[in-house]
Amino acid sequence: MKRILVSIKRVVDYNVRIRVKPDGTGVITDGVKMSVNPFDEIALEEALRIKEKGLAEEIVAVSIGPADCQQQLRTALAMGADRAVHVQTDAAIEPGSAAKLMLKLIEREQPMLAILGKQAIDDDCNQTGQMLAALWGRPQATFASKVEISGDKAQVTREVDAGLEVLEVDLPAVITTDLRLNEPRYVKLPDIMKAKKKPLETVEPSALGVSPVERLKAVKFDPPSQRSKGVMVKDVGELFTALRGKGLV
Amino acid sequence: MSKILIVAEHQGGKLNAATAKCVHCASQISGAEIHIAVFASDPAAVAADAARLAGVSKVITVANPQHANPMAACIAPQLAELAQGYSHVFGPSTTFGKDLMPRVAALLDAPQASDIMAVESATRFRRPIYAGNAIITVEVTPGTQLVATVRTASFDAAQTSTSAAAIEGASPSATLPQHTRFVSVSAARSDRPDLQTAKKVVSGGRALASADNFKILYQLADRMGAAVGASRAAVDAGYAPNDMQVGQTGKIIAPELYMAFGISGAIQHLTGIKDARTIVAINKDPEAPIFEVADYGLVGDLFHVVPELEKLIASNG
Repeated sequence: MKRILVSIKRVVDYNVRIRVKPDGTGVITDGVKMSVNPFDEIALEEALRIKEKGLAEEIVAVSIGPADCQQQLRTALAMGADRAVHVQTDAAIEPGSAAKLMLKLIEREQPMLAILGKQAIDDDCNQTGQMLAALWGRPQATFASKVEISGDKAQVTREVDAGLEVLEVDLPAVITTDLRLNEPRYVKLPDIMKAKKKPLETVEPSALGVSPVERLKAVKFDPPSQRSKGVMVKDVGELFTALRGKGLV
Repeated sequence: MSKILIVAEHQGGKLNAATAKCVHCASQISGAEIHIAVFASDPAAVAADAARLAGVSKVITVANPQHANPMAACIAPQLAELAQGYSHVFGPSTTFGKDLMPRVAALLDAPQASDIMAVESATRFRRPIYAGNAIITVEVTPGTQLVATVRTASFDAAQTSTSAAAIEGASPSATLPQHTRFVSVSAARSDRPDLQTAKKVVSGGRALASADNFKILYQLADRMGAAVGASRAAVDAGYAPNDMQVGQTGKIIAPELYMAFGISGAIQHLTGIKDARTIVAINKDPEAPIFEVADYGLVGDLFHVVPELEKLIASNG
């Protein structure tokens, strides 16, 4: 079966104002709204569009983390994923461990594509997709803004510093999504009801033969240093004089 | 002792400034021995540039026609091979480095610290998380090889020195995969300075109201010798191309002068400019959050301010 694996990470919602705990042991997540990582939502949307074009048959959403991740998997199922796999663990999961766990699922599911968000908006690592492609020994097309599948190949437009780069990759491959790849659909109420009946499987990392290790330990968290507010100038002349004084214009 | 391998980023036979910033970052690890690896179809000119960066003791070149257009899938296995015996492997936190380094880390089974902004020791680094709304200090277990990308906006470029380091050719045995093929790159070529490295940046937001109106910013930028940037709102509205986007999800820059015209100052934009030396904000809304971080703020209509400023610069040239 032509299958696409999609990553779904549970993160603090992007509208939440992030605050560092006063004791510096983390950021405040108690009572804070949690959501699907926006880049993963884009990944799922792209998978759905590929399926709707008849180029894939099944979409499997994968999340790694504590029990609460099932909320985000249900959202993914409501968006249109066919089934979900929850790798349940309370351990800290570094991108390297996430990639190893995803690889085990890939070996089991044999997908034509794995689509992941280019980064999660909590740790901002931007690593898991590339690591997964390396471990899998398959192509990677990161920061995708356009994906075209034809036969056993994909042509992917990537957002790079220089502009837009186009790569052709053999399938199976890993694609990571950039912001402008698509606009994810809204979930409708009947779909939320239907999603409750879709299969959601739970596995432990040990059952996949992976024991997550933490090799990069968090020592402390700090709020960012603030820039202090400067002066307001009354007109363009004053602005010009100030900038000229600093040799900037 | 730390032994650090840095992968060079280059375009058109020239070393990218991002590489010199990685060298500066690496040199903050005390007593580090710093080597640079250059992957190119013809690495000679880039290697000569790299050899003159202060602190670099060796440059390793890998010449291969398949590296004419750098692809992570091709460079990674060779870089991983060269990286044996190094305590750290660094690359710039540009799209080149972000694409490549995790692939290298996975092949080495090493952890990666992304976007390092400060070096506390050979094993301890600071990096931004949550779009720069928090800074985490991370520590790698001593003796563990570490891969990292360097947040270029946080470091000055290493100086060039008069003496040059040794340049050695290498032929890694890793076979290059054929499953990934370069098709094209469409660079928005312009005569203006590169946004990532420009000393001055003039940037526009949604208030510009059309792609056509951006022309007034281009004129001002050309008068000043500045690069042109845009907010995500302006890019999403189609007023400016993607590669002009400044912010956490676009380019993170640290120019000497950043001028924001009609940009309200969403947190994701501010993350991209907070290392700028001087920030100037021009906005009609006196309550715009951008004024909270601006060194100079002016409440006014950008369609009057921009031409007036251009005229003042021209007449006082």
